[in-house]
Amino acid sequence: MKSSANRRWFLKSLALAGAPVVCPTVEADETDGHESGATSSGTMGVLMDITQCVGCRKCEYACGQAAGFNVPPIETFDDRAVFENDRRPGPASYTVVNRYAAGESPERFVKVNCLHCNEPACASACLVGALQKTATGAVVYDPWKCMGCRYCMVACPFQIPAYEYDNAFTPQVRKCTMCADRIANGARVPACVEICPKECLIYGRRDELLALAHDRIRQHPDRYVEHIYGEHEAGGASWLYLSDRRFADLGFVAVPAAAPSHLTETLQHAVFKHWAPPACLYGLLGAIMWLSRRPDDEPKTSPAVPTMPPRLKGAVS
Amino acid sequence: MTSHEHAAPVARRLLTPGVLMLLALVGAAMIFAIIRFAFGLSVATNLDQQHPWGIWIAIDVATGVALAAGGFTSAALVYVFNRNRFHSLVRPALLTAMLGYTFVGMGLMADLGRYYNIWHPALPSMWQGNSVLFEVGMCVMCYLTVLYIEFLPLVCERFIGDTGRPRLARLCARIDRVVRRTMFVFILAGVVLSCLHQSSLGHLMVIAPTKMHALWYTPLLGLLFLLSAAAVGFPMIIVESLWSSWSFSRQPEMHLLRELARFIPPLLGVYLAFIIGNMAVRETYGELRTVSPQTVCFGIEVAAGVVLPLVMLLMDRVRRSPRLLLTACLLIVFGVAFNRINVFLVAYQPPFAERAYFPSVGEIVVTTGLMAGLVLVYRVIVTYLPVLTPTSRSVAT
Ligand code: SF4
Ligand code: SF4
Ligand code: SF4
Repeated sequence: MKSSANRRWFLKSLALAGAPVVCPTVEADETDGHESGATSSGTMGVLMDITQCVGCRKCEYACGQAAGFNVPPIETFDDRAVFENDRRPGPASYTVVNRYAAGESPERFVKVNCLHCNEPACASACLVGALQKTATGAVVYDPWKCMGCRYCMVACPFQIPAYEYDNAFTPQVRKCTMCADRIANGARVPACVEICPKECLIYGRRDELLALAHDRIRQHPDRYVEHIYGEHEAGGASWLYLSDRRFADLGFVAVPAAAPSHLTETLQHAVFKHWAPPACLYGLLGAIMWLSRRPDDEPKTSPAVPTMPPRLKGAVS
Repeated sequence: MTSHEHAAPVARRLLTPGVLMLLALVGAAMIFAIIRFAFGLSVATNLDQQHPWGIWIAIDVATGVALAAGGFTSAALVYVFNRNRFHSLVRPALLTAMLGYTFVGMGLMADLGRYYNIWHPALPSMWQGNSVLFEVGMCVMCYLTVLYIEFLPLVCERFIGDTGRPRLARLCARIDRVVRRTMFVFILAGVVLSCLHQSSLGHLMVIAPTKMHALWYTPLLGLLFLLSAAAVGFPMIIVESLWSSWSFSRQPEMHLLRELARFIPPLLGVYLAFIIGNMAVRETYGELRTVSPQTVCFGIEVAAGVVLPLVMLLMDRVRRSPRLLLTACLLIVFGVAFNRINVFLVAYQPPFAERAYFPSVGEIVVTTGLMAGLVLVYRVIVTYLPVLTPTSRSVAT
């Protein structure tokens, strides 16, 4: 049922691809409250078509509401003065919209938030598994596990997780959840996607979003740059961006395609392969200890010197 | 061959002006620690969203672990390779390592946002084997336990034969017997655990290739960390030994230290070879053509912290002179400490940073306070426990 809805939605997307205005909220006839989870094989994601964004910042408002932050009234989000400086998501805002003007060309707006990487560096780094990639594609955080070491912030190549340094007792790592709770509670799309008046945010299965994005580029090679940010960056991400300008000019960091977690996990797993390297080192040192032993050399009076029981050989192998 | 002098408590007045100064530093650190725990990291530190790690990680934890390497290198030398003539150096090194790791834990507590969850990695339900930090955490926890076990005989020795407290004396004798019979297991475990976490500390930053300056970033960071830890172990022992000889107005154990210093150039040489080899393979030497804080720091780190002491220690004259030996060893200690600071702070160039990180007064005071505390506790323990070997006469080996 769910996948049929997706397919219908997808076909609609393709049909409308000439005028890239796609209803992000899918068909309204879906009554199954939990239909938007990734019940089919693919994980979910969001495609942002930067060419469509008008910079209304309503998504910032909706996100703050959904996340339970103290948000000012919606009118205050019309204030364009905030665009003077680039902002970053922080401990009290999961997403921000930044403006990029460039001479003659029209200004562009970019919504910044966690990309929900396919192989998230933050989750690979977290030593207690407080950050997890869920089956739906969202990377979510469990404050009860977290130690507050902030290694996740070091690891994220997109510089997304923010920390509540002001909170003395129960600080949390804060970042976009792809509205995992909201969606588990029956919402069909994330709050920011729902409120977007221009429908430049599309929620759906990642593979379908990618197909859609490629299709738009194919149909309008003049309108888009040939790069879908998030398709390959850091091993790919759930959140995808289409743009008519070079991403480097829109505040996106250049991130290589290799997932950073592969670098450390390869080392980590090599060192601990079947526990063989540590065990071999232990055995080797034990052997050296045994062989270099000079019986008359053992000061009988000094403690902290290992006395060598005859069963040493068995014990270290 | 049982001519080893016995280690004995140091018979000296405890409250000297130096000790009072250390106490003052610890007191100041406590004030800032209270501020940190009462009002949060934002009040006490200069950390921000782009710079999640400051000197509490780079110095208190990373440098602390590196400089505690004397514990495992001396254990390896004396017990694994059976160079028994260095035996008198093991106890002070063991004490330094034990205290070093204990203070690493305290520094970490101050830095962790949710310090009360510090035990979480011990819960199997939260194990996350892909995380390098998980391995560091586990190894450090295990190694700290091993260090305490290795230290037990010294404590027991203090009370064995204490006729005033026969029960305690008997208990100590029993513990001592068990621990000594099984000590080799712990000594080997200590060396293995050290190799593992010393290298993993370097692996930590491998996950951030896009944020690290090319001069330091390499997948071999772990190996470089291990080699530098191995190279800094003996210099730390020499520095401590000379320092405590002077502060207790004893004759420096030059006959031993000179011998020990001969092991340093090969260790340091291997480290330097890997630094240069890594630069050659990754072709990062081109970076040195530009002058930036990073290239200057790298230059100082390698030239003053590795090359210069290496050349110095190749000279017999340096190894014979307490002052020159101390200088060379201090340079190595500086080089490794600076390397850790460089890797964790100077090389770390996150995107979107609005300003560079520089430690706050609170961070600096807490860090110096932890160091002062370490020295203080060391001072107290050698006063009451048999750690140092008196060397007014030279020890026959
Ligand atoms: S963007 Fe950063 S925080 Fe978000 S999932 Fe990827 S690594 Fe984690
Ligand atoms: S700060 Fe918390 S979520 Fe981040 S790596 Fe540390 S324990 Fe994990
Ligand atoms: S998906 Fe949800 S949490 Fe993330 S930016 Fe949108 S509204 Fe905020």
